[in-house]
Amino acid sequence: MMSEIKKIKNLKEFSTSADRFEGANLLCPGCAHSIIVREVLNATNDDLILAASTGCLEVCTAVYPYTSWDASWIHIGFENGSTAVAGAEAMYKALKKKGRLKQPDRVPKFVAFGGDGATYDIGFQWISGCFERGHNMMYVCLDNEVYANTGGQRSSSTPIGSSATTSPAGSTSYGEKKNKKDMMAIMAAHGAPYVAQVSPSKWKDMVAKIQKGFAAEGPVFINAISACTTEWKFAPEDTIAITDLATDSLVFPLYEIINGTELNITYRPKNIIPVRDYLGAQGRFKHLFTKQYDYLIDEWQARVDAKWEQLQRREEARV
Amino acid sequence: MADTMELRDIEVWDGNMAASQALRQVQVDVVAAYPITPSTPIVENYANFEANGYVDGEFVMVESEHAAMSGCIGASAAGGRVATATSSQGFALMVETLYSASGMRLPIILNVVNRALGAPLNVNGDHSDMYLGRDSGWIQLNAYNPQHAYDLNFIAFKVAEDHDVRLPAMVHQDGFMTSHTAQGVHTMTDEQGFNFVGEFQPMNDMLDLDHPVTHGVQTEEDWHFEHKARQQHALMTVALPKIQEAFDAFETLTGRRYNLVETHQMDDAEMAVICMGTSVETAMEVVNELRAQGVKAGVVGIRVFRPWPLEQLAEVLKNVKAIGALDRSSPHGTVGMLYNEIAGTLFNTDAKPVLTNYIYGLGGRDLTKAHLVGIFNDLKANMDAGKPTTALQQYIGLRGPKLSFF
Repeated sequence: MMSEIKKIKNLKEFSTSADRFEGANLLCPGCAHSIIVREVLNATNDDLILAASTGCLEVCTAVYPYTSWDASWIHIGFENGSTAVAGAEAMYKALKKKGRLKQPDRVPKFVAFGGDGATYDIGFQWISGCFERGHNMMYVCLDNEVYANTGGQRSSSTPIGSSATTSPAGSTSYGEKKNKKDMMAIMAAHGAPYVAQVSPSKWKDMVAKIQKGFAAEGPVFINAISACTTEWKFAPEDTIAITDLATDSLVFPLYEIINGTELNITYRPKNIIPVRDYLGAQGRFKHLFTKQYDYLIDEWQARVDAKWEQLQRREEARV
Repeated sequence: MADTMELRDIEVWDGNMAASQALRQVQVDVVAAYPITPSTPIVENYANFEANGYVDGEFVMVESEHAAMSGCIGASAAGGRVATATSSQGFALMVETLYSASGMRLPIILNVVNRALGAPLNVNGDHSDMYLGRDSGWIQLNAYNPQHAYDLNFIAFKVAEDHDVRLPAMVHQDGFMTSHTAQGVHTMTDEQGFNFVGEFQPMNDMLDLDHPVTHGVQTEEDWHFEHKARQQHALMTVALPKIQEAFDAFETLTGRRYNLVETHQMDDAEMAVICMGTSVETAMEVVNELRAQGVKAGVVGIRVFRPWPLEQLAEVLKNVKAIGALDRSSPHGTVGMLYNEIAGTLFNTDAKPVLTNYIYGLGGRDLTKAHLVGIFNDLKANMDAGKPTTALQQYIGLRGPKLSFF
């Protein structure tokens, strides 16, 4: 049975549609994780089988004897949320073949959530394995560019110049020295049917991508920017504003890659704002705003410009 | 529907094929696996069954042993029959997830073809990996030959999937010595084998879409202890009687008898060796020869390693005057595990045998009959002296100067 794509008219309807992720959770006020999860779950009316890797989302939503999940959910460890849901998907296929599904007419969606630590770093191999094998699943990275759950250590998603607890800014250091890993390119290189970057602040774009992902056959990778009030150091009420700065400065461009080749830019800011404005709004980059490190901000702007240029060239060339 | 395979009453199978055939006959729903010597043929055989229509579940070849068990956990929580196989380094890589599987009360079956742990790297059989798993909360059954490897798989599924147990189980066999040694194996028909275990009965299954469940929660000091205690309670009080029940039912079906503690010539034995795996059968031969010379020697084989059958072992050993505990794993820094377990088993009983420890067979080194005769000579001297006449821990079959401790 083909599932129908859910029609969502406006934000009010979207935000008040049936929740399978309860507001009762322990995430920080202003955490973008919960916004992203709701937007993913609310994009479909289909049944969901969910997994989470160890991280903020996991420790804040399934603390015995409570659960925030009104859909089946599993957590094993830090590195294997992808494979947990892949195992469940394999069982679904097996029981379908053998005629032992309890609700044979319903086709659940399989979704794994993981932070950037679980995705870019420790769980990388497991995700790659799942994508190579072609499980029918969606992997959503809640990318807050830091190990937030354990107090702000750097991951391979932490951007250059950011002060993290294991790459702190100090009298002889500007913080993280390495560029953020390009997970989108890596996941697209698996030949996945659908790979996309999303922002919870651009909810229509996000819902369209999640629905495209759910409609695809095979593994889907979604990289969602998740502004972290605690570790990025901004006021909890500014989550959406900071996220908008990320997309509108093109630090976090919104695009999709279909079948590993066809790249489409899905959001072009009317007014592109300077990277400097995005960095300046967050405490984690505060130390860069000295004469000594001004060149780093210029370099960053140049990198963002070059990436945007490259994305546009790829979009035009259809490669 | 999977095709039925016509088997002869006795097939010539090695331990790996015996395990593969058991997995086929119980019609596992999901096998997620990664190959590693010497358990690789279990997975290869299963792949062949799948390629030829003898199994119709999902067979998922993943990218590591950690992923294999991770996939098994996801599949098992989803609600179906799940199994895999591994050895050694792969087992070590799995360890994190072994604790997850048991803590989440998922009845996964893991065939462990025992092999040494590096460094130095070694592909041959010893019990280092089995020992590594002994605190992981799994049931651990021990095969001494291919027949056992076949039979104990059925026992494992029946016990693990019992709703009163809900714990994962390992079936251990010795790398190469069992896994690659072909012997006559008495078979069941596909129907008999499947029916002994029965249809999988799901519980808290994620795929029951009308009843969502949360698996793998967080508990801190408020509830973690209670979870672990209930798991231990099930393992200690429920699993052992269920294993006995399964052994009884299996005997009724096949005539083959298994016991929580296996004994050979123990009724009037004055001294005994205690060991696991293929060594049990070697020791039995030696004891038969010693008995012909009038020596009252016996063998105790550990069949159920976890949960440890403390009371049954104490009963078997109550009249023995000297015991040699034979460990096929280097304890690194203390006495061998079997020595410790036996000492603990007997400490509060009236039995006060002289107990000594032998480390043997590391990395697949043979345990010969001559070695065992030497051990029984030690035990005789200990018995006569009423105290140890050797060091408490000796290394058997080691080249170079004799090595002993304590």
